[in-house]
Amino acid sequence: MAGRWRLRLLPWAVPTLIVAAWEYTARTGLLPTRILPEPLAVLLAAWHLLQTGELISNLRVSAGRAFAGLIVGGGLGLVLGLLTGLSVRAQTALDTTLQMLRNVPPLAMIPLVILWFGIDEGAKLFLVALGVFFPLYLNTFHGIRSVDRGLIEMARSYGLEGWSLYRDVILPGALPSILVGLRYSLGLMWVLLIVAETISASSGIGYMTMNAREFLQTDVVLVGILMYALLGKLADVATRHLERVCLRWHPSYQ
Amino acid sequence: MASLLPVTSTAAPVRSGAAVSLAQVHKSFDGRAVLRGLSLDIRGGTFVAIVGRSGCGKTTFLRIAAGLETADRGTVTVAEPAPSGESNSRLMFQEARLLPWKTVVDNVRIGLPAAARDAAKEVLREVGLLERADDWPATLSGGQRQRVALARALLHRPKLLLLDEPLGALDALTRMEMHSLIERIWLENGFTAMLVTHDVHEAVVLADRVLVMDHGRIAFDQSVDLPRPRTRGTAALVGLENEILARVLANGR
Repeated sequence: MAGRWRLRLLPWAVPTLIVAAWEYTARTGLLPTRILPEPLAVLLAAWHLLQTGELISNLRVSAGRAFAGLIVGGGLGLVLGLLTGLSVRAQTALDTTLQMLRNVPPLAMIPLVILWFGIDEGAKLFLVALGVFFPLYLNTFHGIRSVDRGLIEMARSYGLEGWSLYRDVILPGALPSILVGLRYSLGLMWVLLIVAETISASSGIGYMTMNAREFLQTDVVLVGILMYALLGKLADVATRHLERVCLRWHPSYQ
Repeated sequence: MASLLPVTSTAAPVRSGAAVSLAQVHKSFDGRAVLRGLSLDIRGGTFVAIVGRSGCGKTTFLRIAAGLETADRGTVTVAEPAPSGESNSRLMFQEARLLPWKTVVDNVRIGLPAAARDAAKEVLREVGLLERADDWPATLSGGQRQRVALARALLHRPKLLLLDEPLGALDALTRMEMHSLIERIWLENGFTAMLVTHDVHEAVVLADRVLVMDHGRIAFDQSVDLPRPRTRGTAALVGLENEILARVLANGR
């Protein structure tokens, strides 16, 4: 019994130690507040931002941007992946182009994006959508291509054709791979959003953080960073949950 | 479509197998001849086993009979006793080929509407897996998976059941269980059965007629008139087995 508790607590030992050392060095003045505020100050800043409503409204704006980008870019990746996965003609026509574009890092597009969209919402949406597009596209394509040919042959011999063949055999077969793509996309989604919001914004967590930097409010900067960590973790938990629901037939989820 | 749904197993057993006839069937893949003028007539309701070395064309022969491949030349006729318009032959593959994302019962009723669920449960009972109806295929053993595949084929009450080494990957004990299960179901349903195997013993235990294939032709045709169920190790069985094995070994060089 005691052993199990110890095992549960073990992963938290190192973070606790770090926070304790941090608090200690900050209190004794070893660590100047300009570099890192004490943990308690970060908590207080978070509490203050919560009370003024600033944190929630900025969170809402950031999450809205992230998910809008995910829906546009990820949706497009899914659709194109399905298309090239299912049709050899579409693959021949599109895949080379997409593979070339894939090798351009989305962040390299920033100068062009600013020229195209200025610094408003369009730029952020474009960057996020561009980043999440490729993981979903590649994994959907790969997932569909690696569906067991034997299962497809079997299903055809039992009269499954067209839509019912996709619904019952091809899509479920590709789903594990598509969900891997989604998880990659979610990781990239936050990275790109942070960059986009740091370049220019008048709202959102990135704006809050950059604004605080100008006034040397390191505690608020840290709150912003922690929010990104929290959002990233939440997205990861959500996809894990989605996997558990969608792939409950899979041996690794039983 | 409704006519596809089987009547429950209370129906009296009727010998209603499809007669199969192949005439001068040729098939080659990439210029390599696999079947060279194969001709064969199978009476409806019989159990035929096809044995031969790997690469002798037995699987191709079965896939042509199932309609999964088309012959380059020659004719293949599957004559059903009461033509329903719908092709009613089913193939059991070497692997069970169950959809891992569908429960056992939904795998059995693949291609049929949800209303077929009860009928699917009925055939699962026939193969002795009713209690696993709502489980995922990943939780089944190899033998159980092949039983589900058998149930899936049976749900359509086939007139011709083609078995492509479905027991090849199973252990000896499970194979013996499957032999009696397949024999029982064949006797009850009366379909024509064509079993491809490399196990001569399996062929002799199950079949009315054993064909030895070699280089894309029938090299030897032996009828087996032994009472069922056939017990292992009887002199007649072993004698036949040895004779056929000798034929398989003599060919193919």
